[in-house]
Amino acid sequence: MSPENNNHKQEKILAAVEAALERYGARREELIPILSDINRTLGYLPPEALNEVSKRLKEPHSQVMSVASFYQMLSTKPRGKHVVQFCESAPCHVVGGREVWEALQEHLHLEAGETSPDGQWTLVTVSCLGLCSVGPVIVVDEDVYGNVTPERVPEILARYR
Amino acid sequence: MKYYRSHVLVCVDPDCLSRGAHDIEDALQDELVAQGLIDEVQVLETSRIGACSDGPELMVYPEGVHYVGLSVDDIPYLVEEHFLKGRVVQKFLYTKPKFVDEELSAPTPKEVRVVLRNCGKIDPQNIEDYIAEDGYQALAKVLTEMTPEQVIEEIKRSGLRGRGGAGFPTGRKWELTRAAKGEPKYIICNADEGDPGAFMNRRVLEGDPHSVIEGMIIAAYAIGASQGYIYCRAEYPLAVSTLNIAIQQARNFGLLGKNILGTDFSFDLEVRQGAGAFVCGEETALIASIEGRRGEPRPRPPFPAQSGLWGKPTNINNVETYANVPQIILKGADWFASMGTEKSKGTKTFALAGDLNHTGLIEVPFGITLREIVYDVGGGIRDGKAFKAIQTGGPMGGCLPASYLDLPVDYESLTAAGSIMGSGGMIVMDEDTCMVDIARFFMEFTQDESCGKCTPCRIGTRRILEILTRICEGKGQDGDIETLEYLCEQIRTNSLCGLGQGAPNPVASTLKHFREEYEAHIYEKRCPAKVCRALIRYEILPEACTGCTVCARNCPVGAISGERRQTHVIDPDICIRCGICMQVCNFNAVVIQ
Repeated sequence: MSPENNNHKQEKILAAVEAALERYGARREELIPILSDINRTLGYLPPEALNEVSKRLKEPHSQVMSVASFYQMLSTKPRGKHVVQFCESAPCHVVGGREVWEALQEHLHLEAGETSPDGQWTLVTVSCLGLCSVGPVIVVDEDVYGNVTPERVPEILARYR
Repeated sequence: MKYYRSHVLVCVDPDCLSRGAHDIEDALQDELVAQGLIDEVQVLETSRIGACSDGPELMVYPEGVHYVGLSVDDIPYLVEEHFLKGRVVQKFLYTKPKFVDEELSAPTPKEVRVVLRNCGKIDPQNIEDYIAEDGYQALAKVLTEMTPEQVIEEIKRSGLRGRGGAGFPTGRKWELTRAAKGEPKYIICNADEGDPGAFMNRRVLEGDPHSVIEGMIIAAYAIGASQGYIYCRAEYPLAVSTLNIAIQQARNFGLLGKNILGTDFSFDLEVRQGAGAFVCGEETALIASIEGRRGEPRPRPPFPAQSGLWGKPTNINNVETYANVPQIILKGADWFASMGTEKSKGTKTFALAGDLNHTGLIEVPFGITLREIVYDVGGGIRDGKAFKAIQTGGPMGGCLPASYLDLPVDYESLTAAGSIMGSGGMIVMDEDTCMVDIARFFMEFTQDESCGKCTPCRIGTRRILEILTRICEGKGQDGDIETLEYLCEQIRTNSLCGLGQGAPNPVASTLKHFREEYEAHIYEKRCPAKVCRALIRYEILPEACTGCTVCARNCPVGAISGERRQTHVIDPDICIRCGICMQVCNFNAVVIQ
């Protein structure tokens, strides 16, 4: 990475941290909202962001890391431009979830938790979204799709390509 | 309040939104303006009019006409016909299919709606709608006519128990928190509904948020709290935004904030979001998460009533518990206590799922039997199959066989039978379900969601899962059942929190009620329900096979041989048990042995 690019990346991370602290206040009890906010902006929590949060909250880095690594929706690894979430819970499983999951893996060439080399896609499983009456359910970025069939998978993914 | 002759409710659930509900709403507004009807017809947003399977959906009141399958281009015609000419447009009229997966169908005769009474009927984003349904009257009564002690006494007398699953008497909990030393005191609403298949709380939060808020304000008055939190899981974005709107409106109406309704009682509320961790539904883990830490449980006592949020006395109740409170205050403890059994009063919401004709949300009085729920409310087993088991209480619950169908549903009866009430998930399974496979599925979940803090839960659930997986793969050994029983008992008695203590339940209950199925897997290497792939064999019936070659051509591994017009044969050593041959055979000649 060129120095300018690197600088640009650093600025982006610091701006995301700044915005989150601005929004919630630099207080310990706001750590989860702060990290969620940064995660939403950057797609994940880069080490530089965690360092900055730790410094600004005057909280040991280990504490910040322990929270960042605990929750499913916070990611310490880079995520793709589009995140595909698949509900893996029993109600979706019994109405054909497994076939949808296999179709997702096949079309994206990804296993659970993986990100595509071109940085476009991340495929993850998610726990029950409570939309059980329209299962199987998948979520792409913030859009929810119900009654998904393996046949619908390519058409849904195409909307984000 | 402005008078409108007609109200159009547009469903804005994720499913309808994904099919363009907002475009429909905009088109409606534009068209009503264009046809000069905007002062007579009001367009509102709501949730769950129907099953959202043919959205966007509309409901027109006062007629109660339900439209589905609309596109933006249809709106001018619809507005002209319905609102100008007063004619129902049959083309888009929702007609009830024979079996509807409709979350808000009219209650069946055995149902009673207390908590769900407003859901789908009122606009959750408009506080005036709630007020029109006697909303905040209970709060006014409490603040002007009752002392905190009287409120607690009324709730105690009603017999209301915690709807989160454990069933602790709510009035008693409030009393303990009120009596606890330490200021300030906090109120928390546990809206971290994580049990797979349970979405009762989501529906209440999205459809009737003010009932929860009002219940919380009353609880705060009773225990003397000035700050409250609703901890809602991040998987429920619509619930979070609906709650935030509702809280803001309540503030604007002087129902939250300083000097509520002109009295000297002050209380405010804030929504806190989780970040995806099932264990945060456990109250001490939830408190840790609100404080911004890892959501790990801690040993109790001290209970949150003594030392909760930031070490202060804290009252935690579930969404459904709070939603019951205004009704109890308004209609009286005697009314509430008239429903249910001796020790379990009132109603309970359940999310019915599985192999039933009618799945979805229900609300029934305690004491109803499982049989009534399965056959009268749930419409019986799908495809005329036989009932095999009902799983209650979510992933920490248990499976009960047909011999328990006449069990009355209440906290004590379910616990005595080896299951639990839990938060209200109910999964009904038919004869084609393998109970060992089901136990394994639930163990996968708890093993995955174990926070890892205490050893019995972290390691024990993993060991159980390994053994169950082995059994399902046909590698079960003599002694496995005894090891499972030992592990279940150790995990149950030695784990720190409810997640670990309840984790063995699916295994323990299936071992108790379906032991012969485990034995068939282990000793006879046979899966009686024909589910476990390693234990089944696909065979072709010679008398039914016509030799059409379809199966052989579709087999992905070339395991099927046979000449055209001759009986075909599957080589079990090559077969990977994918079942494709069975799906493609036109003569039902492929069977599972």
